[in-house]
Amino acid sequence: MAGLELLSDQGYRLDGRKATELRKVQARMGVFAQADGSAYLEQGNTKALAVVYGPHEMRGSRSRTLHDRAVINCQYSMATFSTAERKRRPHGDRKSTEMSLHLKQTFEAAVMTQLYPRSQIDIYVKILQSDGGNYSVCVNAATLAVIDAGIPMRDYVCACTVGFVDETPLADLCYAEESGGVSSLALALLPRGGQIALLQMDARLHQDHLETLIDAAMTACKGVSKVLDEVVRQHLQEVSVLTRE
Amino acid sequence: MLKSKTFVKKTRSGGVLKIVREHYLRDDIWCGSEVCTECKQESTVLQRDTCIESNLCAYPHYLIPDTNVVLHQIDVLEDPVIRNVIILQTVLQEVRHRSAPVYKRIKDIIHEKEKHFYTFTNEHHRETFIEREPGESANDRNDRAIRVAATWYTQHLKTSESAADGLKVVLLTNDQGNKQKAAESGLLVFKCEEYIKNFFHFFNEITSSKVLFPEHLPLSRIQAGIKSGSFLQGTFRASRDNYLEATVFVPGEGEDSTEVLLQGLQNLNRAVHQDVVAVQLLPRDHWVAPSSVVLQDEGMAKDENPEEEEEEKAVSPVTASLSAKKPTGKVVGIIKRNWRPFCGMLNVSQIKESTRHLFTPADRRIPRIRIETRQASTLAGQRIMVAIDGWPKDSRYPNGHFVRSLGGAGEKDTEEEVLLLEHDVPHQAFSQAVLSFLPKMPWAITPEDMKQRQDLRQLTVCSVDPPGCTDIDDALHCRELDNGNLEVGVHIADVSHFIRPGNALDKEAANRGTTVYLCGKRIDMVPELLSSNLCSLRSNVERLAFSCIWEMNHEAEILKTWFTKSIINSKASLTYAEAQMRIDDTTMNDDITKSLRGLNKLAKILKRRRIENGALTLSSLEVRFHIDSETHDPIDLQTKELMETNSMVEEFMLLANISVAQKIYDEFSECALLRKHPAPPPSNYDILIKAAKSKNVAIHTDSAKALADSLDMATVDSFPYFNTLLRILATRCMMQAVYFCSGMDSDFHHYGLASPIYTHFTSPIRRYSDIIVHRLLAVAIGADSTYPDLMDKHKQSALCNNLNYRHKMAQYAQRASVAFHTQLFFKTRGVLNEEGFVLFVRKNAIIVLIPKFGMEGTVFFDSKDKTAPNLVFDEEGPTLTVEQHTFHIFDKVKVTISLDASNIQHQKIRMALIDPVISGVSVPAEDLEPQSKKSKLDR
Repeated sequence: MAGLELLSDQGYRLDGRKATELRKVQARMGVFAQADGSAYLEQGNTKALAVVYGPHEMRGSRSRTLHDRAVINCQYSMATFSTAERKRRPHGDRKSTEMSLHLKQTFEAAVMTQLYPRSQIDIYVKILQSDGGNYSVCVNAATLAVIDAGIPMRDYVCACTVGFVDETPLADLCYAEESGGVSSLALALLPRGGQIALLQMDARLHQDHLETLIDAAMTACKGVSKVLDEVVRQHLQEVSVLTRE
Repeated sequence: MLKSKTFVKKTRSGGVLKIVREHYLRDDIWCGSEVCTECKQESTVLQRDTCIESNLCAYPHYLIPDTNVVLHQIDVLEDPVIRNVIILQTVLQEVRHRSAPVYKRIKDIIHEKEKHFYTFTNEHHRETFIEREPGESANDRNDRAIRVAATWYTQHLKTSESAADGLKVVLLTNDQGNKQKAAESGLLVFKCEEYIKNFFHFFNEITSSKVLFPEHLPLSRIQAGIKSGSFLQGTFRASRDNYLEATVFVPGEGEDSTEVLLQGLQNLNRAVHQDVVAVQLLPRDHWVAPSSVVLQDEGMAKDENPEEEEEEKAVSPVTASLSAKKPTGKVVGIIKRNWRPFCGMLNVSQIKESTRHLFTPADRRIPRIRIETRQASTLAGQRIMVAIDGWPKDSRYPNGHFVRSLGGAGEKDTEEEVLLLEHDVPHQAFSQAVLSFLPKMPWAITPEDMKQRQDLRQLTVCSVDPPGCTDIDDALHCRELDNGNLEVGVHIADVSHFIRPGNALDKEAANRGTTVYLCGKRIDMVPELLSSNLCSLRSNVERLAFSCIWEMNHEAEILKTWFTKSIINSKASLTYAEAQMRIDDTTMNDDITKSLRGLNKLAKILKRRRIENGALTLSSLEVRFHIDSETHDPIDLQTKELMETNSMVEEFMLLANISVAQKIYDEFSECALLRKHPAPPPSNYDILIKAAKSKNVAIHTDSAKALADSLDMATVDSFPYFNTLLRILATRCMMQAVYFCSGMDSDFHHYGLASPIYTHFTSPIRRYSDIIVHRLLAVAIGADSTYPDLMDKHKQSALCNNLNYRHKMAQYAQRASVAFHTQLFFKTRGVLNEEGFVLFVRKNAIIVLIPKFGMEGTVFFDSKDKTAPNLVFDEEGPTLTVEQHTFHIFDKVKVTISLDASNIQHQKIRMALIDPVISGVSVPAEDLEPQSKKSKLDR
C-alpha cells in the first residue's frame, strides 16, 4: 500500500530513533592475532570486519612503488550471506570496486603515509551483515583496525551517512530509509580538525539544503568519533592490564 | 535511553523475503497529559478538564479509539464535542494502510489545537511495545497492543494522580471480542454506539461502505442466457454527466434496437465505456427514469468513501412519471473488453510516500484508474497515458499501469497529441512496409501509362483551392466545342493508380479512412509523397487523373457524360480569391479566365436548379485562425468567408459525384459504395419550429423543398442575422450522412442535396471512400481489373462502418482542435466582452452564440456554491425566466468571455452575462476580472 513513513509527525523514525540519533555502535579491536591490526564493528544491524596488514615492502607489481610515501591498498567485499537474498559475487563487482576506491581515498587522507616510503599498507574490509550505511561502517571499522596496527594517523576517520526527509536531516540511515527514496550523503571526517576526508553523494538535492545536511553529517561523525575513542581507550586499558601481568 | 531490540518480519515481494529491522524502544515518550507530573514533557496536549458531559462516563476521561472506530466513525471524531482523544501509533499506522482519505482526516484533526488529540507512539515505548506471539494474527496483535497501551495509560494516570482528578481512560471499540478481553483486563471499554448515544440524540452507524461488485458470469452462461433471451448483448455507453449512470445499446433486427438504462455502481458492475456487455433487465417495477443530475466522481484515493455513497442514495429515489421510465437493467457479464490506453492526468495521493495514485482520464466516461508508480511527483501536471489491467470485484476503481508521458498539460503539442489519441485518430508515422509501396523517385509517366490513358495535356485545366492547400485533388476545365456546346471536365487525382488493392499502403489508408485537418496541422491518410506531390494536381506538371467529362448546352443540361483515365497538365493552381479576381477582372481574357467564367456561369445555373429541387442551404459558422508563424499560437480568429468560386467548385464536384454514383450503381447494383443522408424524423424539427414561431415565422418541414423554401422566406427586417441563426438551428436538426454499400440498404436518398443517389468521388487523396469509388468506376469503364474484396458486399459494408467511424472521429477531433485553439486565443487575450445571440434555452442555462468568433458557450444560472436565482423554465417557448427577466431563443445578449483554467485537464471558455442586467446574476461590464463565480458549474 502506501510507502513507508520515514519520519512521523511526532519526530520518530521507522525504527524509533529521532532524527539526529545514531544507531547503537559496538566495536572490538584486535580480533585476529595473525594480522597486524583488526577490528570488528557493529552499527545497528550493519556489521563489518576490518583487517590491516603492513606497513610492509611492496608485493606484487613493484612498479606501483612510491618513493616518498606508502601505498594504501584497500579491498572491500560483502559476505554472500550479508543481505536478505544471497549475494552471488562477494567482491570485484562494480559497486565493490567503487567502494574500495573510496576507502583508499579516505585513508590516503588520514594515514601518515610519508613515514613509510616504498612500502605498502593493506586494508581489507568485509561486510558481514548489511543494513544501510555500508561505507561509513567500513571506514569506522578500518580506522579501529589501523589504530590497532599501530599505524600513525592524523586523526580518527569517522564516517556517517545522512539523508534528507521533510526538510529534516536524518543521521545514520538504515537500509529501509536508504531504499525509501531518500537523497543520502556519505561523509568521512577528521573530527578534531573538522577536515573532510571524503564526501560522496549521488542523489539529487537542492543546493540550499546541502549545508544543513553537511552540518548534520559532521555532528553525526563527531558522535561516532566519541564512541570510537571510547572503544580505543577501553581496548588499551584491557591490553595494558594484560601486559602488566 | 536507547534500548535496542531486533525483530524479524516476513514480507512478500514476489517471493518470501526475510526483512530484519531494528526496533528501538524508548523511555522518553511522554503521555501528553496536563495532569501528569512524572513525564518530562515540554508541552501537553491532553487537558486536565475533559468536559464531555455524558451520563455513561460522568468522570473526566480520555478516549482511545481502536482502528475500526477511527476508520468508520471518523465523522464522530470530527465532531467538536469529542476532544481529548489519544490516537495510538498502532491505530494510525493501520488507518494509513487501509484508507488514505480517513488517514488524511485524522491527521487534520490531530493538527487542530482545539481538538486536543494526542498521538502516542506506543510502538516505540518501552512499556507498551509487544511482540507478536506465535499463532497470533497481525490484527489480534494490534488489538492487544491497543489494550496494552490503554492499560498503561490507566496505570500511568493512576500513579501520577497527584491532582486526584480521577482521570480515566476509555477504550472505544466495536469489536465484541476485543471489548470482552479489554473488560477482563479491567479496562473501561465501550462500544462507540453506547458511548455516543449518551450525548447525541440520534446516531446512525455508518456501516462499512466498501464496494463489492457482483461476480461476472462465465462466458458459457452468458451465451446461453443471450440465446434464451434472458440476457441482452450490447455496447456499454457510460454517461458523460453522471458516473453512476450508463446505457447499453442493444442492436435489434432492423429498426427495433433498444437502449437499456443502468444505474448505480453495482448495476454498472465494472463495465467500462465501449465494452460489449451482457445485461439482464430488472423487473418492470424497478425501472427508473434517467436522472438529470450532473454527478462527477470526486471520490478519494481509496475504496471507502461515505460521501460518495450518500450521493448515490440521493440519486436513486428519483420518482419520475411512468412515461419517463426506461427499461432498466444490470450488467451480468462482460463479453468483450474494449480497453485502450487512456489519456489523462494523475491525481497525486495525499500521502506523499504512497505509490498508489488515481488517474483521471480526459474522457469523463472512463472511470478513474488506480495505478502504482514511484514517480508521481514528476508525473503530476503532465498528460499521461494509462492502460487498464483489470478490475477486481472488491475494488472501487480499475487497476492500471502507466504507459507513457505525453508532456506537460496545456502545452500545444501535448494537447494535440491527446486530442488525436482520444479521438482514435491513427497518427503515427507511416511504417517502412507502407512506404515500400510508394513509387520510386524520380517518378515519370511511362509510355505504358500513356497508352492506356487519354492525353488531355493540351486542355486548359486549372485548380481552385483554399490558400495554402498542398493536396490538390481536383481540377476543372471548360471549353466551347465546335458544335456550340460546352465541354466541362472534372479531373480528379488518380490515387488508385498508386495505391494498389491489398498491399500495406492500401490497408493503412483503409484503416485511416480520412485525412484529418486540425488547426495548423494535417494528419495524412496517404504518405506525403503521394498527397502533396505525385497525386496532387499541381500546376505545370504532368499528372495522372481520373476525368469525368460532360458535354453540356448553355442551359447546363447534360447531353453526354463519359469517364476516362487521363493525363493532364494543370495550367494554374488558384485560390478561391484569385479565381474570383480573374472572373471579375474584365480586362483579363486568357484561356484560364475564360474557362473559369464558363464554369461559373454553368455553376450558377446548376445551383439554381438544385435549390429548386429542394436542396438545403444550411449554415454553420466555421472559424479560421491566423497562426503566428513563429510560435504557432493563434493570434486572430475570423469566420470563414464564402465566395462565388467556392460554390462554383462545389457545384461541379457535386455533379461529378452524382454522375459517378449513377454510373457505378448501374454497373454494380450490389456493391456500389454510396453515401446517403437520411431525412430526419419530424420530432427533430420541434426546436426549430418553436424558435421560429417566437418571431412569428412559420417553418414547414414536410419535405426538404418546403424546408428550404420556408428558410428562404424567413426573414425579420429588424434582425438581419435571424436567417443565419435559423439555418444554424436547422443544421442541428439534421442527421449524419453515412457511407453504405448499395447491396445492404434500399434507401439511397441524400436529403440535404436533394439527390436520389450520391457518392464521394472527388477527394481520393483525403478520403478512402473515394479510392474505392475510383476502383469501382475504373472497373466499370474497363480501365482497371477488379479484385474479390471489391465485389463482396459484406466486406464493403464493414469498410463503410470503419469509414463512418473515422469520419465522425475526425470531425470531433477537428472541433476539439478548434476549441483548443479558441482557448489558446483567449488565454492571450484575457477577458473580452462580446455580443451574442441565445441559441438554445436549457433548464438552468442559456447557450449563447458569438457570431464574431463563430463560437458558442453556456451561461449557467446556478452553481454549486451559490444559491440559485429563481428559475422558471417553460418548455413550450422554450423560455427561461431568471428572476424577472425572460430569455427567448434569439435574444441578443452581452457576455464576458474568459478562459477558465481552474481545472487544468478541462480548460474551458467561460461566459457570464453582462446585459441584460439581472441583479445577482449578471456581472458588471467593466468587471474584467475572470473572477465571476457564475459559470463555475462543470459541464
